[in-house]
Formats: sequence, structure tokens, C-alpha cells
Amino acid sequence: MVNLQTTLSGIPLDNPVIPASGTFGFGEEFAPLYDLNILGSISIKGTTREARFGNPTPRIAECTAGLINSVGLQNPGVEKVVTEELPRLATHFGKPVIANISGFSIEEYADCAARMDQAEQIGIIEVNVSCPNVHGGGISFGTDPAAAAAVTRAVKAVTKKPVYIKLTPNVTDIVSIAKACEDAGADGLALINTLLGMRIDLKRKKPVIANKMGGFSGPAIFPVALRMVYQVYEAVQIPIIGMGGVSTADDVIEMMLAGAAAVQIGAANLVNPWACRDIIRDLPCRAEYYGIQSLSEIIGAAHETKHG
Amino acid sequence: MKQDIFHIRENIQIAPGMYEMALEGDISAITKPGQFVNIALEGFYLRRPLSVHDVEPAAGILRVIYKAVGRGTEVLTGMTPGETLDVLTGLGNGFDIEAAGKNTLVIGGGAGAPPMYWTAKALRDSGRKVTAILGFNTGKEVILQQKFADEGISVVITTADGSLGTKGFVTAALEQLSTPDYTFSCGPEPMLRAVYDALDCGGQFSFEERMGCGFGACMGCSCKTKYGTKRICKDGPVLKKEEIVW
Repeated sequence: MVNLQTTLSGIPLDNPVIPASGTFGFGEEFAPLYDLNILGSISIKGTTREARFGNPTPRIAECTAGLINSVGLQNPGVEKVVTEELPRLATHFGKPVIANISGFSIEEYADCAARMDQAEQIGIIEVNVSCPNVHGGGISFGTDPAAAAAVTRAVKAVTKKPVYIKLTPNVTDIVSIAKACEDAGADGLALINTLLGMRIDLKRKKPVIANKMGGFSGPAIFPVALRMVYQVYEAVQIPIIGMGGVSTADDVIEMMLAGAAAVQIGAANLVNPWACRDIIRDLPCRAEYYGIQSLSEIIGAAHETKHG
Repeated sequence: MKQDIFHIRENIQIAPGMYEMALEGDISAITKPGQFVNIALEGFYLRRPLSVHDVEPAAGILRVIYKAVGRGTEVLTGMTPGETLDVLTGLGNGFDIEAAGKNTLVIGGGAGAPPMYWTAKALRDSGRKVTAILGFNTGKEVILQQKFADEGISVVITTADGSLGTKGFVTAALEQLSTPDYTFSCGPEPMLRAVYDALDCGGQFSFEERMGCGFGACMGCSCKTKYGTKRICKDGPVLKKEEIVW
């Protein structure tokens, strides 16, 4: 019997599989498809202080083994998320939830985190400093170590819940950003967000996406994500939630070997609505196949020297 | 929403660039005309959303009519009976037939014509008087004229170049018809807008947008309406006239 359990900052998870923010809404579309309580946790739709429509459409472009999105943080605003979406999610899912928050100023991050802090359902606050689809915010905090640290400190100051900073791969040195967040008091890290990408419509000879560029995700980016999780694991002591193109139970195991304590599934949910269920179903069998008795024991096992 | 592996029973060209495919599988989630299905194609990451043309419940057959517009749909044209497709069914809100009046007009433009066939049949079966306008660019592209006629549904054809039927867009046919008290439309956005502007009666309009998932998870196809943000794939593709913001 393979033990699938893992832990994030003292919060036990039945398994490491977590649907990634922005690919699972607030669970409503998936609740009729399978029992959401099989999931390790759920990272809810990225939330900002104020409601947002997001970017103009079209905001989806297909790619080889993935897609580009430029949704741009469409959400009903933190107040509605806490008072309407979370209670509705509670009827489907009884475990601690990961709140993904974003902002355009340090104050907005702090306000959003402070409101989420009051919600008992929230187990972890995941701070998105890496959205490539909003200008004047999001990613600008995630590409500079000092700015990422400032957001980390501001959020830490308003909540007792574990704070995980979600990092962008669109930087020269992700390790320096990761270390800055750790030094600023982050309880964990989540990586990677999408890679900035673009497609051009050959018939119209213009960008497919109205916003021209967007975030590239899907199986194509898995090796990049895995490499970054591996690099960051070497440099920090705090837990990592690994994500980026994870589509199968084997991918989950590989991500954990690189150093992820838990793994988020993103784009796969969009093409196979049952992706997380299928991965959780397959995990014991695949782990056993690789001679793994306990998933938590393989975290970072691909490294020559284990730390922690 | 349901997922099933469908068997291709037929896949034939019915006009230049237009194909009709009959698929056998679990169609129980398809409950309303105007809904769509989302088809996975090997070698392509995203599914292809196609509107439901018709269903044959007794045989478990789903019919779609699609235009070869890109590499994905081109691959679809090459598939043959016996091959299988992974299909998500029962997507979208579909047309609300009950909201219609007694004298209903259905309008389909180009690749928007196919879903109006089942819509028109459902309206007729509910005891309503139905007239159809089907608009195309040119006579060679005209499809479904005979199928509508075979069902006893009176159909007016328009072509932009006048090579068949009434010359002009679908709105050019309006003056030959008695004024409807309700309308259902599917077609390119300029057509929907023209119908919206030309008719005073209530109606429902089926919109298109580039989709990610097709079931409401990714927010890729959101649009603004008078009643807030809606997802074309989940809250649409059909919007009621009173909620549309152009």
C-alpha cells in the first residue's frame, strides 16, 4: 500500500495533487464530475481586491502541447470570493483551500490577504507575483528580488496563515527571487507560473490573442518547470509546490523527485476535466511500479545530497 | 457534461469546405438545440468545439456539420467511419425553446446554419409556426435547404452574391416574411448584430468565441452582458436579446 500523504507547512494533504489556480475556477464546474474531496487541496481562481473582467477576447491560443491564455485575472473581487464562492465551495470540498491572490500595489496584496485571513477554509495563501497578463502589477513584483520580498513581508504582516509565493519563470535567475522570498519570511514557494508566449494567425497575419502575448502552459513547459523546481530546491529550505505542464501520475512523481512537496495540475484540467481524478487514481500504481512506498519520502530525492 | 468515445459512422463533404459527421455514442447529456460538443483530436492540445446539428436518440447518433477552417478541422475531414473520437457532450446552455412566441423565425448564417435545423424542428414539434432564413456567401455554399423542406419547414435562402435565392444578407429576406414575434439566430457576429437591429421582437442569439476548456473553467471566452460577465461556453453560447452588449 503506497502512502500518498504529504505536508505543506504543517497542513497534512491526503495526496500531493492540487488543481492549479485559474484552471479550476472555484470548483463549481468540476463538482458534478467527481468527488472533489479526493483532491489534496484546491488552489482557487486568482483573486484581486476589486472585481476584474480581465483582458479583451480572444484570450486563448492553441500551441503544440499546450495553450496560451491572457485571461488577465478575471474574478469577482475578494469580498465576493470570501462571502459567496468559498461557502459554495465548502458544500463540495471540506479540506483546507489555497487562496491565490494578486494585486497592483503592495497595499492591494495586503488588503486581499487580510480578507482571506478571515476565512477559516483557507489553509494557505498563495501570492501570485507572476501573472504575465496584467500590466503595472503582478509580474513586476515577481521579476525583482526586492519587490518580491516587499510583497512577501506585507502579506506576512497581515496573516497567520502560511504564505506561499508563486514565482514566474520569466526571469534570468529564479533562484535569487526564491531566496529573497524565503529571507523575507515566505513559508513556501509555488512554481512555475506560465511562460510568456505568443502566436500569430497566419491568415490574418496578426497576433491570435487580443493582448498580443499571454501565458504559455501545458505539457510543453514541463521540463522547464521541473528544472526550476530542481534549482530552487537546492537553494531554499522552505517547501515547494511544483507545477507546470504536469499531466500524469508519472509527472507528479518526477516533480516530487525534483523537490516538490505537492504538485499542482493546471492546463490538463482544461482538456480532460477528470485529469486530477485520473492522476490520483493512477498514483499508487505508478509509485509502486517505481518502487516507491511513500511519496513524501521521495521529495527532492533526485538531488545528490538531501537537505532539511 | 459527459465524456464518451464516439464511433464515426459517416463523414462526408456536403459543400465546398463543409462536412457532415455522424457519431455514435452516449448522447444523453445533449438536451437542447444550440448546445455544442468538444472533440479531442490526436496531435492537438485543445478540443474542437462544434455545434450540434441534430441528434437521433433512438440510434444514439450525434450529427455535426463543420467547416474546415484550420489544421484541426482539416484533420477531422480525413477521418473515416470506424475511427473513434473522444467527445465531451452537453456543453453550453442551448436555445430556450419555451421562451418563443407562436410565429418564430430562425436565422442561420454560413457555418451557423447547422444548429438551426434541430432548433427549427424542436420549435415545430412544440406547436409553433417556424420559418427559416439561411444565408450564405454564394450558391455553391448553400446547405440544408432540402433538409428543412423535407421537415415541412419553410426556408428562405439568401446569398451575398445573389447566385441563389434572395440577393443580400439574411436581413434582405425579412421583408418577404410576415413579422415574427420571436427569433433564434446563429452566425457571424455582424449577422447577429444586423438581425438584432432589424427586428423589434425578442430573441436569442448564439455567439462564438475562442475557447480554452469549453465547460466554464478557464474564463477564456468571457463576455460582458447587461447582467454581468458571462462565459460563452458555459453561460452561453446563447444570449437573450435583452442581455446583449455589443
